[in-house]
Amino acid sequence: MRAPFPAVMAALMIGTIGLSACSGGGSNGKGSVELLNVSYDPTRELYKDVNAAFAKRWKDKTGQTVSFRMSHGGSGKQSRSVIDGLSADVVTLALGYDIDAMAERAKLLPANWQSRLPDNSAPYTSTIVFLVRKGNPKGIRDWPDLVKPGVQVITPSPKTSGGARWNFLAAWAYGKKAGGSDAAAQKYVANLYSHVPVLDSGARGATTTFVERGLGDVLIAWENEALLSEKELGAGKFDIVVPSISVLAEPPVAVVDANAKAHGTERAATEYLNFLYTPEGQEIVARNFYRPRDQAVMARHAATFPKLDMVTIQDFGGWGAAQKRFFADGGVFDAIYGGGKRR
Amino acid sequence: MSGSHPTTVESPWARRALIGVGFLFLALFLFLPLVMVFAGALAKGWQVFFDALVDPDALAAIRLTLLVAGISVPVNAVFGVAAAWAIAKFDFRGKSLLISLIDLPFSVSPVVSGLVFVLLFGAQGWLGPWLTEHGVRIIFAVPGIVLATVFVTFPFVARELIPLMAEQGRDDEEAARSLAATGWQTFWHVTLPNIRWGLLYGVLLCNARAMGEFGAVSVVSGHIRGLTNTMPLHVEILYNEYDFVGAFAVASLLASLALVTLGVKTVLEWRFGIHRAGAAH
Repeated sequence: MRAPFPAVMAALMIGTIGLSACSGGGSNGKGSVELLNVSYDPTRELYKDVNAAFAKRWKDKTGQTVSFRMSHGGSGKQSRSVIDGLSADVVTLALGYDIDAMAERAKLLPANWQSRLPDNSAPYTSTIVFLVRKGNPKGIRDWPDLVKPGVQVITPSPKTSGGARWNFLAAWAYGKKAGGSDAAAQKYVANLYSHVPVLDSGARGATTTFVERGLGDVLIAWENEALLSEKELGAGKFDIVVPSISVLAEPPVAVVDANAKAHGTERAATEYLNFLYTPEGQEIVARNFYRPRDQAVMARHAATFPKLDMVTIQDFGGWGAAQKRFFADGGVFDAIYGGGKRR
Repeated sequence: MSGSHPTTVESPWARRALIGVGFLFLALFLFLPLVMVFAGALAKGWQVFFDALVDPDALAAIRLTLLVAGISVPVNAVFGVAAAWAIAKFDFRGKSLLISLIDLPFSVSPVVSGLVFVLLFGAQGWLGPWLTEHGVRIIFAVPGIVLATVFVTFPFVARELIPLMAEQGRDDEEAARSLAATGWQTFWHVTLPNIRWGLLYGVLLCNARAMGEFGAVSVVSGHIRGLTNTMPLHVEILYNEYDFVGAFAVASLLASLALVTLGVKTVLEWRFGIHRAGAAH
């Protein structure tokens, strides 16, 4: 009775190869084109609107029907998936480093990808703010209030979540400004993470923890996520607190050349990203609570987006340096979190 | 026949308390969550419930889940019977190693199982470059999901059959062989009828897990909506989009499939008066 084993393996292999033949994507003829946009967590609503508007534009312009496939998750995890073969035509992630990794490790797009589109390939920006419970019962006004005794802070893990890295850097910027040194900054950030009861893997998971499960006193969040929570999900249940200093988050977008070329979708993919920079695209961006680059659109939404002091990733020497120093294995975050919680 | 039976020396009070604790536990940990799932699904009425189920992405997830179970359960049934047969009826070197290997998917975390396939078939994996060159997609496509599910669920049938077949011994088969039956005849007319209930039970368990598997599938899926999301993954996505009714609607369908499985098993056992003696772990 040894025969069935090879037989089963053979059946498995045949089945596998047969199935893989059915699964393809991309452009099938002139009539339609399909784009896979691999994105990070909080952009679900944004790209739902963008995709619908772009599909209409593209149809009017070329007569071609464009349809979209979306994949959402933590930015780092999504980047890893694309490197491992998830064949995204475009990526719209939380930070440049996650796209750098694709260029570096898998050569899916050129290393200079970020200079191919205006504004560092970031058609919209956001910043980090605080979301607190209605009436702000713990009296949270600025960063120092987050480390007061009894305050619980919700933020996802910077190991897996792009948004969480921005949170970390915003906190660091405050610590450095207040204490005047990197040592003071690290002390403040370590103190802050000792107030975090649970590290979710993505920004959306952290929001759900705070909004739905009711955990924590303050959510450190993307401004867009905080506005969405305040205005749409839990209307009247939350307040937004804008801190004295924060970071300018520039979530970049890029065509994944190798995949788009293989699918024959380069033109549609490129136009799709360009659409984000048009006045129509920028208006959709602003309506979804991202800060538009277009000054005219920004002026129309000035009430939604208050001005505040912001540092940029360049102040940390760019994503490559920041990633290595703070978030890589054995970096500052490991020292803080491993050291503070376990040992 | 006087005096109390040795196994029921507890006072009626203690017995009632024990039974009560058992029922309370079941109600709290099984019944209540199940009710909550269905209550959540119907929180906004039947219309919203049905709309959530006929959403194209939900339908795609349902189809994919059924497809994956439809492939992995038969494969594992064949594998399970073959492995149990070999282990229970023959002596060979490496037998205990084979038994341990069959248990491997139970002892390994599903996430690790998924990552193994990424390491093997991912674009940066061992076979990745070859697969890319030949245009074969396994990870982040249906084949990867099937492979991960097969891997995670393959012990169910074998584990169910090994003790059963070991207990039944080889006498029937040896009798058949002495009457000049061929190997296949022995298998179809002697072995299979003896194990059919154990086999059925294993297949049902395997099916339940194949449809419900989250961890391993999550790693190899790529989470493309309408394409590589199975029902459990779709539930998570809907939940993360604050579409709680939708999430619970799909979850309740998943729970219903499990209940149907359970119902089929109970009906069959009752119909044929089977008690699964020997098949238990």
